Amino acid sequence: MNLIVSPTALMFAIVLVVIALAINLKEKIGLEKDMLVGVLRAVVQLTIVGYVLTYIIKVDQVWLTLLMVLIIIFNAASNAKKRAEGIPFAFWISLLAIGVATITTILLLILAHAIKFTPSQIVPISGMIASNAMVAIGLCYRSMNGSFRDQRQGVLERLALGANLKQASKAIVQNSIKTGMAPTIDSAKTVGLVSLPGMMSGLIFAGVDPTKAILYQIMVTFMLMAATSIGSVIACYLAYPRFYNADMQLK
Amino acid sequence: MANIFTVSKLGYQIDGIEILKNIDFTIEEGEYVTISGPSGSGKSTFLRLLATLLTPTSGEIIFEGKQQNDIPKETYRREVSYCFQQPSLFGTTVQDNLAFPFEIRNQNFDEQKAELALESVDLKSTFLHKNITELSGGEKQRVALIRNLLFTPRVLLLDEVTTGLDADTKEIVHKLIENLNQKKDVTILAITHDESEISLAHRLVTIKDGRMAGVTQ
Repeated sequence: MNLIVSPTALMFAIVLVVIALAINLKEKIGLEKDMLVGVLRAVVQLTIVGYVLTYIIKVDQVWLTLLMVLIIIFNAASNAKKRAEGIPFAFWISLLAIGVATITTILLLILAHAIKFTPSQIVPISGMIASNAMVAIGLCYRSMNGSFRDQRQGVLERLALGANLKQASKAIVQNSIKTGMAPTIDSAKTVGLVSLPGMMSGLIFAGVDPTKAILYQIMVTFMLMAATSIGSVIACYLAYPRFYNADMQLK
Repeated sequence: MANIFTVSKLGYQIDGIEILKNIDFTIEEGEYVTISGPSGSGKSTFLRLLATLLTPTSGEIIFEGKQQNDIPKETYRREVSYCFQQPSLFGTTVQDNLAFPFEIRNQNFDEQKAELALESVDLKSTFLHKNITELSGGEKQRVALIRNLLFTPRVLLLDEVTTGLDADTKEIVHKLIENLNQKKDVTILAITHDESEISLAHRLVTIKDGRMAGVTQ
């Protein structure tokens, strides 16, 4: 199968963006600037990444592969921090959470011989894990900020009853982890019914037998569930104490 | 009787605004003291400072001969129990609320103890399984109050807990407080404007513009 998308085909695909832009302008939704920035960034970022990946796969150096993984984790953490709306040390918490989630999952996959330590496998899979962990952690932060604001009186009551910080925040932490993991769980429930996910679709596109592509997709589903739960739990447990001061009072 | 609280030169400022200044105050063990004063005078702040829900910006609070700061907060707050004017119940049922004090002490929920507590404020034991959204204001306040009392504290700080309650509920709450004070020797410090409650107490303290304005025996 010919997998090359010609520049002409891409030009035609731009028509789709124009349609989206036209609807947006007509309905005065006000997203045209964001859409254009999104389209431009996607083109520029993906072009650069394409060349970088080609180089990394060609030279096949351990240090370069690891550096790429670190860059991915670093970028994911700095993006997750944006959702934290003032939670102190959010970048470092996110870096640790995404780092541990990505590295643990990758290590397990390598140990289980599910993937090999080659840049063509490690880099895309790290990206997939880190981006899912990033989204999950972002949702955790948002939920936590909202809950500490809305349930302030409940938290105060628990503190006044003599609860420690963990006991006073337990319900909020549990709920935030649930919120963070919800998209991963939902997509695991509907995988194959609603969407044929990227990894599987890619393999089928490339001519791999769908039954074999499924095996990879099952692995990806398990891997993302593990990664988002590790990431969410670490981020939530490190973030909740930041809502209190040293005297065990709500900030 | 020994002083359970000795407060000296206590002050509290927030964003450069002085809420409380130079408060000197003592309360003996087993005493029942009411606090009154105009709204915004710093009464609630005073109680919250005693409860460690706020930290003083000046002065000191001595509890049972120890600096308030030197006592671990969880231990202290279980001994000095603060009840909010408009409490919020958490979870889904009344039981979720009454189980919490057991949970934070790593103890199993004692259903019988919880039912007795409900009965002490004239609520049926079947209330335990009621959804909190079905409770009236007075019922909520009573559940919140016994949540603080399942493990009897040394000091009970009450922030206008009977405000807005009907006469019958007020009477029930007053009896409960009086009972705690007389039979269990719990020290009570209550902010109130209610004349009948003031008459139950040993002493009335008035706070005005963030200062102690007077004591009536």
